[in-house]
Amino acid sequence: MEERLEVDIRVPSQTRYLGLIGKIGEDIARTLKRYQGDREELAYHINLVLTEAMSNAIRHANENDPDKDLQITIQIEKQKLHIRVYDEGQGFDFASVPPPEFKYLDEHGRGVYIIRSLMDSVTYKRDKKGHVLEMIKSLR
Amino acid sequence: MIIQVEEKGSVVVIVVKEERLDAHNSSELKTQMLNLFEDGKTNLIVNLDTVRFVDSSGLGSLVSGFKNASARNGNLKLCNLQPQVKSMFELTRLHRVFEIFPNLDDALASFD
Repeated sequence: MEERLEVDIRVPSQTRYLGLIGKIGEDIARTLKRYQGDREELAYHINLVLTEAMSNAIRHANENDPDKDLQITIQIEKQKLHIRVYDEGQGFDFASVPPPEFKYLDEHGRGVYIIRSLMDSVTYKRDKKGHVLEMIKSLR
Repeated sequence: MIIQVEEKGSVVVIVVKEERLDAHNSSELKTQMLNLFEDGKTNLIVNLDTVRFVDSSGLGSLVSGFKNASARNGNLKLCNLQPQVKSMFELTRLHRVFEIFPNLDDALASFD
């Protein structure tokens, strides 16, 4: 039987909700029946990309405005995981974020690199109220 | 954020008593470390025993502490990393920057 699941969550654009959404992502990884890989590693990675994507949206797109919202959808269909994080801001130039220079010890700039390292496909584009970051990972 | 600070001779041990070190609480750790540097402390150990999740902001706060300690001819070392936390240091190549110890005793002995 095809594994299908979709959750759609809306929270205020505040970092206090990072843990909650990350935990939901982890729990979804643990419910997957047919995943053959390391389930705990997948759980951590989903928690991580959700946390990084939301932090970016809060800081750079929603510009730390706590009255704005974040919408997060987690969808599993056809052995693929789709995570979408919708912001309500002007967006930021996601494509031009450079990979971190490992030899320089910068405090910032690792979030997008982490997302790109752990997911198979990452796109950032305009949406109704702002922008959406879509991250896809094959679960085969 | 719950942080416990213990002085062991010239070394300050910071125990992060949280499950997550992320964009929500990492600035508190950074501030705590800056206060210690202002008090003249230069050798720090961050014990991550209870931390099971760290994101790029959490790593950034530790990098900040490491850079500040180094600039004062001190060091910031880490101990008791859970496997998934350790894998974050490997993913971001930071395991080549920090001295990481399996337990607090080894980390303390390295300062002797």
